[in-house]
Amino acid sequence: MEKVFAMPEAMKDAKTLYCPGCGHGVAHRIVAELVDEFGLREKAIGIAPVGCSVFADLYWNFDVISAAHGRAAAVATGMSRAKPDCFVISYQGDGDLAAIGTAETVHAANRGENFVTVFINNAIYGMTGGQMAPTTLVGQPSTTCQLGRDPSIAGYPIRVCELLQTLGGVAYLARGSVDSPKNVMATKKYLRKAFQLVLDKKGYSLVEIVSPCPTNWGMNPPEAMKWLKDKMLDHYELGVFKDITAES
Amino acid sequence: MSEKIPIGEKVLMKGNEAMGEAAVQAGCMAYYGYPITPQNELTAYMSRRMLEEGRIFIQTESEIGAINMCYGTAAVGERCMTSSSSPGMSLKQEGISYIASASLPVFFVNVNRGGPGLGNIAPAQSDYFQSTRGGGHGDYRVIVFGPTNVQELYDFTMLGFDVADKYRMPTMILADGILGQMMEPLVLHEYKPLPDLPSKADWRLGDPATKDPLLVTSLVLDVPGMEQRNLDLFHKYEEITKNETRYEEVDTDDADIVLVAYGTCARIARSAMEQAREEGMKVGLFRPITLWPFPSDPLSKLADRVEHMLVVELSLGQMWEDVRLATGLKTKVHLHGRTAGGIPGQADIVEHLQKALDSKSDEIVRNF
Ligand SMILES: Cc1ncc(C[n+]2csc(CCOP(=O)(O)OP(=O)(O)O)c2C)c(N)n1
Ligand code: SF4
Ligand SMILES: [Mg+2]
Repeated sequence: MEKVFAMPEAMKDAKTLYCPGCGHGVAHRIVAELVDEFGLREKAIGIAPVGCSVFADLYWNFDVISAAHGRAAAVATGMSRAKPDCFVISYQGDGDLAAIGTAETVHAANRGENFVTVFINNAIYGMTGGQMAPTTLVGQPSTTCQLGRDPSIAGYPIRVCELLQTLGGVAYLARGSVDSPKNVMATKKYLRKAFQLVLDKKGYSLVEIVSPCPTNWGMNPPEAMKWLKDKMLDHYELGVFKDITAES
Repeated sequence: MSEKIPIGEKVLMKGNEAMGEAAVQAGCMAYYGYPITPQNELTAYMSRRMLEEGRIFIQTESEIGAINMCYGTAAVGERCMTSSSSPGMSLKQEGISYIASASLPVFFVNVNRGGPGLGNIAPAQSDYFQSTRGGGHGDYRVIVFGPTNVQELYDFTMLGFDVADKYRMPTMILADGILGQMMEPLVLHEYKPLPDLPSKADWRLGDPATKDPLLVTSLVLDVPGMEQRNLDLFHKYEEITKNETRYEEVDTDDADIVLVAYGTCARIARSAMEQAREEGMKVGLFRPITLWPFPSDPLSKLADRVEHMLVVELSLGQMWEDVRLATGLKTKVHLHGRTAGGIPGQADIVEHLQKALDSKSDEIVRNF
């Protein structure tokens, strides 16, 4: 009999600590499947950010380094420059990448640093208990904008792919989602492309994954998926934003 | 190696550039830095030399970027370096704390300028506390060399890389703007690594030879685990204190009063000592070379037989506190501190020596 579904070798057989309905687990698995697919387990280095995925090493069966909050892109730069044979995967949340780590992100992208960034946009600070993120939608409540995000106080939700699009060093930008099997497959396709471009030394490649945080959105998992589809995907358009290898 | 570098010969070089060349010779594979006066010559020098050697140079987006790139490069087992001056060093402290906890070897330089705040670009030693107390958050230390001339900037840069590797920890040079900027003759010694430097093979990331996945982290949520990590660091620090403490003593045998000074101040203090001896005072000099570990034991021994010490520093009593901690109540520790670019003159110091010797038994002379 043919085995059609198995644990990726790049994944540890561990119990998840993520909340029910969280998007991080799906994203971890996509990463692990691609690490297997490209045969990278022995030279992959994942970066666990400060955020709910700070314990990514519990799940990934390859080397992991934890970076200070927001500094993953600089740490990734230091590793991938010094060991171009390694395959560096910088996994970051929205607070990590688009608030405290904005400078590191923009400049690593602009220099065309050769690593993959997996950017989990859940429109919230998950780990610290649901504060406003740079990606929190207008009107969306959080513990630090309890009446909903008010742009006159807190500005607007940042679209990271669009923000990075103009930078010369960027090889690939795409935004996927984990709200449906179809979109999970599309996300995996985007990330596969990002892996390929980094293996080909084409430079900075980022895949944003719009992802639910039922716990801090105050919803159950099905409600969270629906809200993601209705509200988040309305603001965060899915698709490829830059691909330097695409034919014009 | 570049043809132009006359290794083994005596040359004239700026302090900042001497540190750069020493790093290149010591096999530094990556330099990351952000411009700031008075250390700019070092970054500029590395921008050329590292590329000549086919190594890595990045002018970073900030000092935070630079120190975190060091964290990454050290984690994959390569020698790397950053440098800055006081305001930039404040930004690096976050990263240094992570590097200390993760036990990674990183070498860096602070060419200290006047502060606090933006301060000025004049020479200072006012980052003594920041350097010798760890500097960032948490329970940790950094090995700190306090060179006194361009030769020592060169030599201790080489040694700094070795010591960082030997103990797997952040190691630094604390220089001041005078040392960084001045030109002096030095011998470009050939780099000879310390014997028995440990292999990095069992902990560096991304090495296909290590079969089980490795983790580099500073996060240990369980209390006993994190306490044990800090205790392990503490025991390492005790070993370093035993093995690596360095200092120099000059003419202390018959001294009634001993000057305690490091870096640029030690040079002025030495001239003052010679003048004071000509004037009949029995003066010695004690020069800490490592600022952490601080040479507390030899100072304490000295305090058994010397009635007065006069600390001369480019800060207002920072090293003075360490001298007092080391000597307890055994001796009177006086202070002549200048700050924010003020430099003690030779005559000033001689005057302070006389005042200290003339002081009443319960009186400590501090910056009269
Ligand atoms: C310098 C610093 N500031 C603040 C924190 C506290 N902190 C931990 S996680 C986090 C937010 C993480 O949010 P995000 O990046 O969106 O990740 P998520 O948990 O949503 O996946 C913050 C602010 C910290 N650890 N370090
Ligand atoms: S708090 Fe949110 S992001 Fe964090 S594990 Fe729970 S659902 Fe996931
Ligand atoms: Mg988030």
